[in-house]
Amino acid sequence: MTNSWTDIKNTDLVIVMGGNAAEAHPCGFKWVTEAKHHRGAKLIVVDPRYTRTASVSDFYAPIRPGSDIAFLMGAIRWMIENDKVQWDYVRNYTNASFLVKDEFGWSDGLFTGYDEEKRDYDKSSWDYKMGPDGFVQTDPTLQDPRCVWNLLKAHVDAYTPEFVERICGTPKDKFLTICEMIGECSTPTKTMTSMYALGWTQHSKGAQNIRGMAMLQLILGNIGVRGGGMNALRGHSNIQGLTDIGLMSNLIPGYLNIPTEMEADWATYMSTRGFKPIVPGQTSYWQNYSKFMVSFMKAMWGDAATAENDWAYHYLPKLDVPAYDGMRMFELMNHGKVNLYFCQGFNPLLSFPNRGKMTEAFSKLKMLVIMDPLATETAHFWQNHGIYNDVDSAAIQTEVLELPTTCFAEDEGALVNSGRWLQWHWAGATPPGEAKHDTWIMAQIFLRVKKLYQEEGGVFPDPILNLTWDYADPGEPMPDELAREMNGRALRTVYDLKDTTKVVAEAGQQLANFGQYRDDGSTMGGCWIYGGSWTEDGNMMARRDNNDPDDTGAFLNWSFAWPANRRILYNRASCDLQGKPWDPSRKIIEWTGEKWEGYDVPDIPVTAKPGEVHPFIMNPEGVSRLFSRGMMRDGPFPTHMEPFEAPIANVFNPKMRGNPVARVFESDAEKFAAIGDPEFPCVATSYRLTEHFHYWTKHNPVNAVLQPEFFVEISEELAAERGIERGGRVRVWSKRGEVWAKALVTKRIRPMQIDGKTVHVIGIPLHWGFMGAARKGFGPNSLSSQVGDANVETPEFKAFMVNIEPSAEEPVA
Amino acid sequence: MNIDLSRRGFLRLAGAGVAATSLGAMGFGEAEAAEQAHVRAFKLATTTETRNTCPYCSVACGIILYSKGDVKAGETAELIHIEGDADHPTNRGTLCPKGAALKDFVHAPTRLTKPRYRPAGASEFQDITWEEALDKIARAMKDDRDANLIQTNEAGVPVNRWTTTGFLAASATTNETAWLTYKTVRSMGIVGFDNQARV
Repeated sequence: MTNSWTDIKNTDLVIVMGGNAAEAHPCGFKWVTEAKHHRGAKLIVVDPRYTRTASVSDFYAPIRPGSDIAFLMGAIRWMIENDKVQWDYVRNYTNASFLVKDEFGWSDGLFTGYDEEKRDYDKSSWDYKMGPDGFVQTDPTLQDPRCVWNLLKAHVDAYTPEFVERICGTPKDKFLTICEMIGECSTPTKTMTSMYALGWTQHSKGAQNIRGMAMLQLILGNIGVRGGGMNALRGHSNIQGLTDIGLMSNLIPGYLNIPTEMEADWATYMSTRGFKPIVPGQTSYWQNYSKFMVSFMKAMWGDAATAENDWAYHYLPKLDVPAYDGMRMFELMNHGKVNLYFCQGFNPLLSFPNRGKMTEAFSKLKMLVIMDPLATETAHFWQNHGIYNDVDSAAIQTEVLELPTTCFAEDEGALVNSGRWLQWHWAGATPPGEAKHDTWIMAQIFLRVKKLYQEEGGVFPDPILNLTWDYADPGEPMPDELAREMNGRALRTVYDLKDTTKVVAEAGQQLANFGQYRDDGSTMGGCWIYGGSWTEDGNMMARRDNNDPDDTGAFLNWSFAWPANRRILYNRASCDLQGKPWDPSRKIIEWTGEKWEGYDVPDIPVTAKPGEVHPFIMNPEGVSRLFSRGMMRDGPFPTHMEPFEAPIANVFNPKMRGNPVARVFESDAEKFAAIGDPEFPCVATSYRLTEHFHYWTKHNPVNAVLQPEFFVEISEELAAERGIERGGRVRVWSKRGEVWAKALVTKRIRPMQIDGKTVHVIGIPLHWGFMGAARKGFGPNSLSSQVGDANVETPEFKAFMVNIEPSAEEPVA
Repeated sequence: MNIDLSRRGFLRLAGAGVAATSLGAMGFGEAEAAEQAHVRAFKLATTTETRNTCPYCSVACGIILYSKGDVKAGETAELIHIEGDADHPTNRGTLCPKGAALKDFVHAPTRLTKPRYRPAGASEFQDITWEEALDKIARAMKDDRDANLIQTNEAGVPVNRWTTTGFLAASATTNETAWLTYKTVRSMGIVGFDNQARV
């Protein structure tokens, strides 16, 4: 989230598209209700199903799963055509006026530079025209045909309301009503907020869905303001934290990168991370990259990381592929190239696509280690459960270790919510039986491996032997010790950067913020964006003061929000060029003539003069990007792409399948249904129910009673067409697998007209498996295709093709 | 930090005081004593209250754990009740159907209570001690790393890349667990490292 849950009360219009907050985030959705009740805000829902969020909306429109980009580009086209643009914002706070290279273009659904063989773009033309001074060329009048604004206008020209109706199945009149409602938020005093979740991310072009809305929000001037923003409703309680801390193949905590093998040494690695401003006078905060990186290396390897050895850069793994993400690992596993695998609180047998492949892959491991509070399906993948897990145990040679862990009630530490609040919590129960904290387990594993290297020697033990481990009890590091390490501390006296005689922190002191990080080895800090979370004043994450001066929704003294306790990102953009709020009734900060101050921590150096330093301080441009240069693999603008399995071909280019640069493994490609395949005519999409959380709550007898049994949701029309009874048993199958379920026949899903064709949508909830208290069932991953987003490899769970038929009732045992 | 004097605690104390005073003022001194003798105390009055947050979605609603026994004091603590934290700015005490049933998640019949081992080809788990389990894991890791760590690539660049062992991290563990996991996994050179952000 750029904003926070409590800030949603400040909005005038909520658009929920790619999510279903009323059911999946019920207590956060209350802030939509607050906005509706107290501000007269309106709620728009665009979704393939008439969800419970839709049921309390002011306006609902259906959309075909996987067609969101067409809708969003259509909305942008409408805003431009009808002059619903926050012009001062667009001219000054976006790159609308920047000139783009003459070679850049788009045709037949593809941008310039496409290489079909490599399934990749040569992105060199996707960039600005640079002047001889090293700064970007601009045309503030927006007249130049090569400026971003005019290129955007040309790019969205194809997305007429008729085109939107044809591709999305959204009736033209409904689409236009929504555009009119959104258009009202282009004034400086009206604001829209976007609430989305995995309905947008789980597509082969998920990142471009989100960019589409972010661009629309920039055009309306809705980023950085109260009641605005791009608000990703994260699916799990600490997936924000796990991502912040970089628990991904290619990340270092704080969104730094693991090097690739092309970056053979420190100098090469840092050479592309200078991030010099490309507009004069801009902050370009990533210029501080080396301070964050060196402090991280010092946190990892302490005295073994020195300026002389490039901070132990040779200890870091170097990637030969963009990432060894989950799907790549399961592909390698399925080829017998992985021997040992750990699942820490994760149930991939049900959460990753193409379950048949997952079972095969796990069966090829030598050892699988599970750490979990619950008996998961993954831990039992080798056990026969009839049709629900039809395996031959004797043939599976994988050894499995299942280690019992604590859960939230028994442990202490911080979780990061969607609004980036790090909230500390405390243990209130004793772990059951022999269950242990994950920290104890990780420490025990590490210390045992280390001991083996100390005793036996072995291959390159240095990064293991030299890993910093100065905990009071090495066998069980405490949450406070680990939190302090992430915040960072001075290793020797740290001096002010401008006044080098002024001491900022003495050796051993906790750093006050990431501004005190240094790249000379005088500081350490595991995760720079958490700088300020545990200072000399104590644990900021434990703060519980719920005072909120003037009811802005900021709650600055409740927990700690990264970065720097800032509650609304880009909040400098809430003010005009003179530093006055666009909407005085929704002031966040303002320029006093000398400095920035207000209700939130300013997202700008506090003495940076308005008009000189632009609001988007992380970007070398100082402004936001309607055109994203070469930063995304599949284009600088979102362009309509069909899902890999789709009822129709891409109308821009019938030969183009899915996202043209998404990674597809050969074995997965063989398992795609053909485009428009009559054997698989229905579009399937996965979703959550309000009574269940993922694959956890089926272990809870209470929730198992509330929603006991797996079902699929279909329209009355499809039921009639196939002779399916309400509540009857059905078989649903795709090119990858089959499931049996109860049929939930509803009016919430209706057939759609797509490019002249009737298309049915089938909803598949995701909460059942073969373990726990609920009845045994299946999940959507028995059916879904294994392909991910081209930028971040999020699996395409929200749009794939299936078929359905009535089935005989399950025999009673 | 447990709660010193929460809003609920304050009301509870205040309410008891009002009842006693009004009965006394009306000349029912003996009645008051009799009343106090048989009125059962609130079940939660003797519990330890602990602030926590819901482990499900990312709204992170504030919750209060009520336990018999105090973990902080080194006692065995049994969780007997969970409710929404009325002082929490986001949920203001409300909980959804999942959060409202949290206590029964903690006490789920399928909670794991001891380490278990499934040998190759077996159709059931068997018990194993923590010592044995951890030693087995460490041995397997050391052997696999020694056999398969790619120290340099063809160009001779040190790449310290271990691809034959992978680690999937969770979605609900604390930041502190995440950091210790990060240190352990990265120091060994594991690159097949992912979390649940996308599924």
